[in-house]
Order: sequence, then C-alpha cells, then structure tokens
Amino acid sequence: MASEPPLLSLRNINVTFGGVRALKGVSFEVRPGEVHCLAGENGCGKSTLIKVITGVYRPEAGAELWFDGKPVAAMTPTLAQSLGIQVIWQDLALFGEMTVAENIGFQHAVNGRFGLVNRHAVQAAAERALAKLGVTLDLHMPLKELPIAQRQIVAIARALVGEARLVFMDEPTASLTQSETDYLIEIVRTLSASGVAVVFVSHRLAEVLEISDRMTVLRDGELVGVFPVEGLTQSRVTELMTGRNFDNAVIASDHDDQPVVLSVRNLSRHREFENISFDLRRGETLGITGLLGAGRTELALTLFGMKPAHSGGIEIEGRPVRFASNRDAIREGVAYLSEDRLSLGLNQPQSIADNLVMASLDRILSGGLISLTRKADVVRRWIAALGVKIGTPDDPIRTLSGGNQQRVAIAKWLATDPRILILDAPTVGVDVGARAGIFDIVRKLSAEGLSIILISDEPPEVYFNADRIIHMVEGRIRAIYDPRRMSLTDLEAAVYA
Amino acid sequence: MRRFVLAHTTEVALIVVMLVLSAGLSLATDRFLTLSNAFDVLNVSAVNIIFAVGLLVVLISGGIDISFAVAASVVQYLAVLALGVVGGGNWALGFLIAGAIGLGLGFVNAFLVYRLSIISIVATISTFNIFFGLLMFFTKGVSIYNLPDWLTTRVVFYEREMADGSWVELTLPVVVMLICCGATWFLISRTTTGRKLYAFGDNPEGARRFGINIGAMHYISFGWLGLMAGIAGLMQAHYAEEVVPNALYGRELDVLAATVLGGARLGGGKGSVIGCVLGVLMVSITQNGLNLMGVSPFAFKMIVGAIILVAITLSSARLDKLLPAFARARPRTGGPR
Amino acid sequence: MNSLIQRLNATLGADMAGPLFALVAVLVIFGIGADNFFSAATFGSVAFQLPELGLLTLAMLLPLLTGGINLAVTFTANLAGLAAAWVLQAHGGADASGGAFALAAVAALATGGLAGMMTGVLIAYTRAHPILVTLSMMIFLRGLGEFLTRGGDVSGFPAFIATIGHGSLLGLPVPLLIFLACVGLWHLLLTRFKLGFGLLMIGSNIEAARYSGLDTRRILVLVYTLSGLMCAVAGLIMLARFNSVRVGHGESYLLITVLAAFLGGINPFGGFGRVLPVFVALIVLQLLSSGLNLMGANQHLATALWGVLMVVVMAARTISTSFAKSRKKT
Repeated sequence: MASEPPLLSLRNINVTFGGVRALKGVSFEVRPGEVHCLAGENGCGKSTLIKVITGVYRPEAGAELWFDGKPVAAMTPTLAQSLGIQVIWQDLALFGEMTVAENIGFQHAVNGRFGLVNRHAVQAAAERALAKLGVTLDLHMPLKELPIAQRQIVAIARALVGEARLVFMDEPTASLTQSETDYLIEIVRTLSASGVAVVFVSHRLAEVLEISDRMTVLRDGELVGVFPVEGLTQSRVTELMTGRNFDNAVIASDHDDQPVVLSVRNLSRHREFENISFDLRRGETLGITGLLGAGRTELALTLFGMKPAHSGGIEIEGRPVRFASNRDAIREGVAYLSEDRLSLGLNQPQSIADNLVMASLDRILSGGLISLTRKADVVRRWIAALGVKIGTPDDPIRTLSGGNQQRVAIAKWLATDPRILILDAPTVGVDVGARAGIFDIVRKLSAEGLSIILISDEPPEVYFNADRIIHMVEGRIRAIYDPRRMSLTDLEAAVYA
Repeated sequence: MRRFVLAHTTEVALIVVMLVLSAGLSLATDRFLTLSNAFDVLNVSAVNIIFAVGLLVVLISGGIDISFAVAASVVQYLAVLALGVVGGGNWALGFLIAGAIGLGLGFVNAFLVYRLSIISIVATISTFNIFFGLLMFFTKGVSIYNLPDWLTTRVVFYEREMADGSWVELTLPVVVMLICCGATWFLISRTTTGRKLYAFGDNPEGARRFGINIGAMHYISFGWLGLMAGIAGLMQAHYAEEVVPNALYGRELDVLAATVLGGARLGGGKGSVIGCVLGVLMVSITQNGLNLMGVSPFAFKMIVGAIILVAITLSSARLDKLLPAFARARPRTGGPR
Repeated sequence: MNSLIQRLNATLGADMAGPLFALVAVLVIFGIGADNFFSAATFGSVAFQLPELGLLTLAMLLPLLTGGINLAVTFTANLAGLAAAWVLQAHGGADASGGAFALAAVAALATGGLAGMMTGVLIAYTRAHPILVTLSMMIFLRGLGEFLTRGGDVSGFPAFIATIGHGSLLGLPVPLLIFLACVGLWHLLLTRFKLGFGLLMIGSNIEAARYSGLDTRRILVLVYTLSGLMCAVAGLIMLARFNSVRVGHGESYLLITVLAAFLGGINPFGGFGRVLPVFVALIVLQLLSSGLNLMGANQHLATALWGVLMVVVMAARTISTSFAKSRKKT
C-alpha cells in the first residue's frame, strides 16, 4: 500500500488571515482507500486546510496541489466536487423538511433537465448510494423524523452520490452513542474497502486510534508530523497536539469522615434511568462515566430539578427535597454546568458580565433593583478568582475561547454559592491544553469543601479527577469504582466492553 | 398512511376540522351544503387565495412579506392609469401590465433583503409604509370608478341553474385563482427552482454550501409574490368594479394568518399549496356559515379570530402528542439496525 | 472624527448613532427648508402627537426584545378605551365624577392587562410563534370590539377629561408628561429590574436562560401583560384626545411602532435594545411628520418617508458593518 501514489498531495500551503498565518508551509497527503486522521486542537488550522482542499480558500503563491497524480492549478468548490472530493460537515447541512430520498439525491433534485425535477432519478440515486453502504432507510420519511445517527448516514450517502473518491468527515461522532459510533466506523471501513479514502477529523482520541491507518497532526498552523497509528497511545497523541507533557496522577482520597451532602435513593425515571442510589460527601468529587445514552445527563437534569423523577428520593443534608423546577434546586444549592455550552450552558450573544450574574441575580439586588456596582464587583471578583482572560466584561461571551467560556460558566454557578456542583462534560469543545486548567479549578473547589459530580464519557477524565467513579450502563449503575484500586486500562476496558 | 400523516399533519388536521365544521353547518342551515353556495365561497375567496399562494413561496424560502396587499393597491392604480394611457386595452394587456408592475415591486423587496441585508420583516414593513404612503399621497385617497368596460364586465365561464333556483357560476377570478394555484404548485414541487427554494428556507447555510444562488432565491420568491399580488389586485378591481386606494389595506395580516393556518411555517422550508387553499377556505367557510345562520356580521371577525387562535394553539401542540397512535417509539439507544 | 464617534458611542451606546444622526439630519433639513420650523407651534404639535405613537411603541418594545412581537397593541388599546368609556357612561356620562374616572382607568388597565396576559399565557405555554398568537389575538380583539360597538363611536365624557388630552402642566402637555413617565419606567425596568434582565436574556436564547434558573414562562406572561397595560395607557390618552372611542383608532400606528423600535436600534431577533434610542427615534418620526405638515404635505407623505428613513438607516448599518469587516481583514 505504501508504494501506491498518493490520491491527494499538497505541499507548501500558506494561508494568512488579516496578518495571522493560519497555515505555515503545511503539506498533507492521502493515499487511495486509506483512513486518515487529521488531528489538532481547535484553531490549529484543520478546518482551514479542509477549506483549501475543497477550494473555499486560495493558498498563497508557491503552493502545490496534486490530485490523482495530476497537478491542480486552482482548486474551486465545483472542481473539487467533480474530482470526487466531498465534505461531511459537523452540522451535516441536511434539509429537515425534505424526505430521505430528496436529501441523498439533492444534487439530482436541483439539477434536472429543463429545470424540472426528475423524481425517478432522485430516488434511483438515493437507492444506489444506500446500497453502496449496505443500509436500508425509509426513503420517503421526512428527515427530521430520523434519529441523529441515521441522519449521519444520509449525509454520507449524499456524499457518495457525487461519486466520491475522498471524503472528509468533520467530527462525525460528536453526538453519537457508542453503538452508533461503532456502526459509523463499520461504514467507514466499508467505504475504505471500496477504494474511497476517508479523512477523519475528530477530538475523540480513542476512536481515532481504532479506525485510522495514519495520522497527520497540526499545531498552531504548522505540521507536527505524519504518524502511523499503530503503536500510538492517547497520551502520545495529546502530547503531539499540544506540544506539552501532561503527567497525571490519581488524586482520589477518602471522605468517609465528612458529612453526606447529597443522598440519592432508588431514583428512577421511565426509559432513562432506574434505581440510582449513591451518597455524595462534603468535598468529594464523584465521577460518573458511561457511554452516550447511559442516562448520565438525564440523571443530572433530575438532580437539577429540570426532569421530575418518577420514583425514588433525593435528600440534601439529610432533608428530603422535591424540585418543581431548577429554581428550587438552585435555592437548595445545586448547580449544573450543561454539556451543551453553545446553546444551553451560556447565552452566547450576551455579555460576559450578564452571563456571569444570570443565575445569581437575587444576590446583587439592592432595594429590589439590580445594583450595578454590586454586579461589577461580583464580575470582577470571579473573573479574577478563576483566571478568565477577557477584554472587557461587556464583550459578548462568544468572543472568548472555549476554555475561557467554560470558566465563566463555572463562575456563573459558583456565584450562586452552591453546595453541589454538577459538571456535565466540562471539557467538550475545550482545547486539550486548556482542559488541565479546568480540572485545576475543580480540585481547588473540592479542597474548599464543594461537593462535585463530574460527568464525562472519557474514562481518563474521571479516573484522574474523581474520588469515586460510578459506571452507568443503560440507565443503571453497573459498578462503583475506586481509582486507587484499578488501572486506567481496567476502567476503559469496563466502559468500552 | 402514518408516513403521509406525519408529512402532512396540518393539511390532514385542516381537512378533518373543515369536514366537522361543514357537517355542523349543513345541519344548522339547509342552504350551506349546496353547490351554488360552494361556488359562492370560492368566488369570495379567490383574491385571498391568489395572495396566499404568492405569500407561500416567500414563507417557504424563509422570508416574510407585509407589503404585498398595499403593493396590489399600487398595481391597481398604476395599471388602470396605464390602461387609460394606451386607450383602454384588454385582458391580455391588463394581466401583462399588472403582472409586470407587481413583479417590479416584488423585486424592490428582494433588493432590500438581499443587497442591503435588511431582514425581510423590517424591509417589508418599510416598503409597506412607502407604497401606501406614496399611493395615498399621489392619489389623495381618491377612488377610480371609471374603469374600462372589459374590466368591470363579469366573465362567467360556466353557469347553470340548479333545481332550487340558485345559480352555479364559475367566474374569472376563480379560474385565475385555479391557474395561479396550479402554477405555484408546479413551481414549488416540480421544478428544480422549487426544490432550491425549500432547501434555502430549510437550511440557508446548507443551501449555500451546495452552491445555490442565494440572490436568485430572493428575487424569485419576492418576485413571485409580487406577480401574484399584481394579478390579485387586478382581480380585486374586476370583482369590486372600482379601485379604492385603501381597499386592501390590512388584508396582509388576514392572508398571513390564513397561510400559516394552512401549515406554512414562519422561518421557512415548509408549506404546501393545498394547505394554503384550505387555510383561506377555512376562514371563508366559517364566515359563510355564520352568515347563513343569521349571525350578526359584526360578530364574524370575533368568531373567526377565536377560531384561528384555537387552531394555531392546537397546531403548535404537536399532533403526535395529541394522538398517541402517531407517536414514535424512539428507543433510548437508537442505533441504526 | 473617528475618535469622536468612538467617544460618542462609548457614552451614549452604539445603538444611539442611527437615531441621533437622523435627528440632526431632520433638524438641519427642515430648519433650512421650512422657515417657521423652529417654532413653539412645531414643538407643540410634536409634544401633543408623540405620546400616542410613543406609548404604543413602548407596548411593542418589550415583546420585540424577547424576540417576539405584539400585533394586537392597537386593538388592545381600543378595547381598554372602550372599557373606560363604559364605566364613565354607567356613572353619568358627561356628568361623571373624578372618582368614576379613576374607576374607568382601572377598568381600562384591567382590560389591557388581561388581554396581554392571555397572549402571554398562550405564547409561554404553547410555544406558538408570537406573530401567529398576537395576529390571531388582534383579529379576535378587533372583531370583539366591532361586535360590541357595532362599528360606531362611543363618546360623551366629562369635560375634565379633555384636560388630560389637551391640557398642560408646568408648560408641558399632560399626555407628554405621562409618556415621559412611562419612558422612564421602561428604562428603569430594562436596566435595573430582574424582569428586564430576564426578558433580554430570553430574547437571545430562551433555553440558556431557563437552564440558568430564570422562570421563562413567568417572564413571558409578565412581558405581554405589561405590554397590554401600556396599551391601556395609550387607550386612555386616545380617549382623552379624541373625546371618543372607536375600534380602529390608531390602527395605522401598528406597523409604525415596529418601525420606530427598529429605527431605535432594537435587534430584530431580540435580546438587545434600549429605551432611549427608541425615544429619540420616535421624536425623529414625529418631527418628520410635523415638518412636512408645515411645508404643506400631508401625513401620507410622512408615512412614506418614515419607510424610506428606515431603509436608509438599516442600509447604512449594513454598509458600515461590512466596511468595518473589510477593514479588519486587510
């Protein structure tokens, strides 16, 4: 396979935006039929590179681009399509109100003869594409009725209609459960076996290592290197991506002498989780891990009063509590950092200051009115305490990096003076390098006596940052582990089993 | 069947409601369920249906238009003046002039929305004021009663006296309305342009990545509504046998309500011609039935408003929640199998 | 020049630029074009006409800031006026006492508040699009009003009510004073009240607001209730100014209120906006119409020019932001 000429080859790619070099002399190569991983932190130039390859951006003079052994003078989106280069964007770019067939055969639907739609051609193209993947879907179902995993397949099938030879997949597994991810990986293997090269862009290192043949790593717009995946470990990849070495140690300790802050007994919610019981003590960090769909977020939302439990009970410091809404939960000292920072965790268009005080308005009132001086004080104090890097507090929060946004989101909840802080996937969309900073904050908080529930689908995160780990499978507690009495490999084996 | 209902929830719901309503009305009055009454309803609704199918295209492509009804008034006035200049004219010339002016006014909106990036509700509220203000300023609010003879003469394509002495009449506005419905249906569901309009309304960013010409989508959708508004204006002048500058003022919101009642979604990507027609007819049938029952005309609007309010409230609560039979069984870990 | 603009933006807010420039432009153009523009008469007419449109715009403002709209403002005002008129008539018509008027005002506020609350409940609990809910509410209220009045006027009020519509206090027209008080109240609401903070947060992302513990349903219901109450104030002013109530009075203001709000820099998608720029925008619109009136043109030309002004201001915003972007890139 190594002797084959590359399908795509780029050399000396330079791209500059407003004085900032987004790509510096990068080269990139994909062989026919291989599964290649493009890795790097946010802002390292991955998506810029994809846009250069698909002709959206033009590289500076001196760049060389070959496809199938022939030089390409100027790439354009249309040329890229006719060469068989397809991109499956993270947001899929599908049309919810149209049927599955119309989505897959969209190219045919908008390019009929005499400006008319040839429904048979659309349908036939959709059937052919699905057959290639070995999948059957109801072609006449409106797309919005499909679960996300099946929409992903529709997007892949649509790429195949254009006789794809090279498919880019941008974070394709971000919102899939494990079984769905397995299925997607199966499909990628089918594609690769039929001679289509696939470039995978993903932040989930485990599956990248499972599926890829080779990996290209970018850092700050520069090429770090191209590596065969065989023999790479997750920590080595992290090191390559960040250029730093993170040595982790288990921090777990006993809290048996501390009072129980939260006690959950036989908590159940139909079809989401069943018979969940555990205690959380003062200053303890309880990890909850399990695959997507294990009921972790649903459990968290019930503890936060946003989804009523159908049976079982919650006690806080020995008192039974019932939450009619999350306002009751906040009043009882429960805080919940959402896994979806972009649309639920923070109000992206609004200012840093407003986001920070949003959950604790009652604390900055003076005579029933919002006190602007108190508000400014609170904002200044938390920005300093958590080391958030900002311009001014009036800037929209969306202008901050993922890591800084997450710090503000944590500050928002700390400002409510909580007893229990639930962190749901706190590192999603946060650069590998900035994640350590978030966990430093978590450790400091628990040392100060805050009880923390840390939810993550990445076993190392809970392994290195929690005192105990609850492993959830299909809505039930499978086991409670002590990180001091097992290796990370054992934990991963249990979770991915 | 379940698939059809899922894809056409609003249309199915409207048909069911209309059947129930009609059944009730035909029991309450003996006049309601007659062929001639049905044609009456069609005659009365023709102009609004033409407006509605035009508005449908704008709504599908993700925009909204508030200005079309006053644009139709501008068209009426200008067309009648232009016809006077050419010495009377005829139907062919009338449609040509009205259609062209309507198209032009639609393009004005498209220009503001596309070229100047003003969001459509702001742009069309502005043109609403500009069109209406200028029309009233230049006409000083004076109506035109002296229309060309051909324009005010009733055109009946088919008529028949029924056994009970009432007349069934198929008039020009109804025929034009049917043609407009047919043309709009063809545009949005049979042409590639139609698919692009739906795609653009559904997911503008996705459509852009597919290389769909966004400017063309704006000009086509607002232009089509302009064209329909021009034709509707001409039909309204024909029906009313006069041109009153503020006769159509306020019609835009009634048509918008009926169109959305018919399943077109604010925000784009969804809507059908049949739903649109059902939405307008639903309002007309209610009024017609109340009229036949001898209810005071002053109560019409109140009852119609209440019905629309209830309908919209119900249609926002999703059908699959009301009818558990249509609810999807969604497995927790819904992997494709 | 650039630094001057920046300093102006810093002190007044960036959303003030459009309305202020429009204000200066209108003052300069009419100052040159109409020789008697800077007169007590002009400002008197502005001062008396501003409140009606202004109060209705305030009623429209809060729903717009939540990303919604209230198309029922004018007919809510009419209906509230009707409620007041009936109370007055039931208490002696032209001979009604001051106490009866107080009762009438309460009836008007209750009617407006109730109509707004119904709208708010429907929007908050069904999640139907506010355009649809308020549009059907508008059709319903118009029908209800026309049914109750049979399309006619209700008039015959005590003489002292005319002072509310036409009288002056400390040299300022009473309606203007009421309007200014309401502007102040709305400004305070948006900058210092929890409700004001919450409604702005809802405007840009209702789910994020809910996850942060804001009671989004309660906020929505309150916003539309307050909108209805403000409509009632407008309805009372109209009653006093015309000495009669008719369903359809002020109907043409409906879309102008939206226009005034957008002109005042309200974000059309919700979440951002302040009262003061909207206030300036209202003055601009009223000056435009009074100035044209002086020059012999009628209200309809002013309506058209309001539309043109809106297009110009929005286009200028588009062009200036794309200009700023292109400068950033190079």
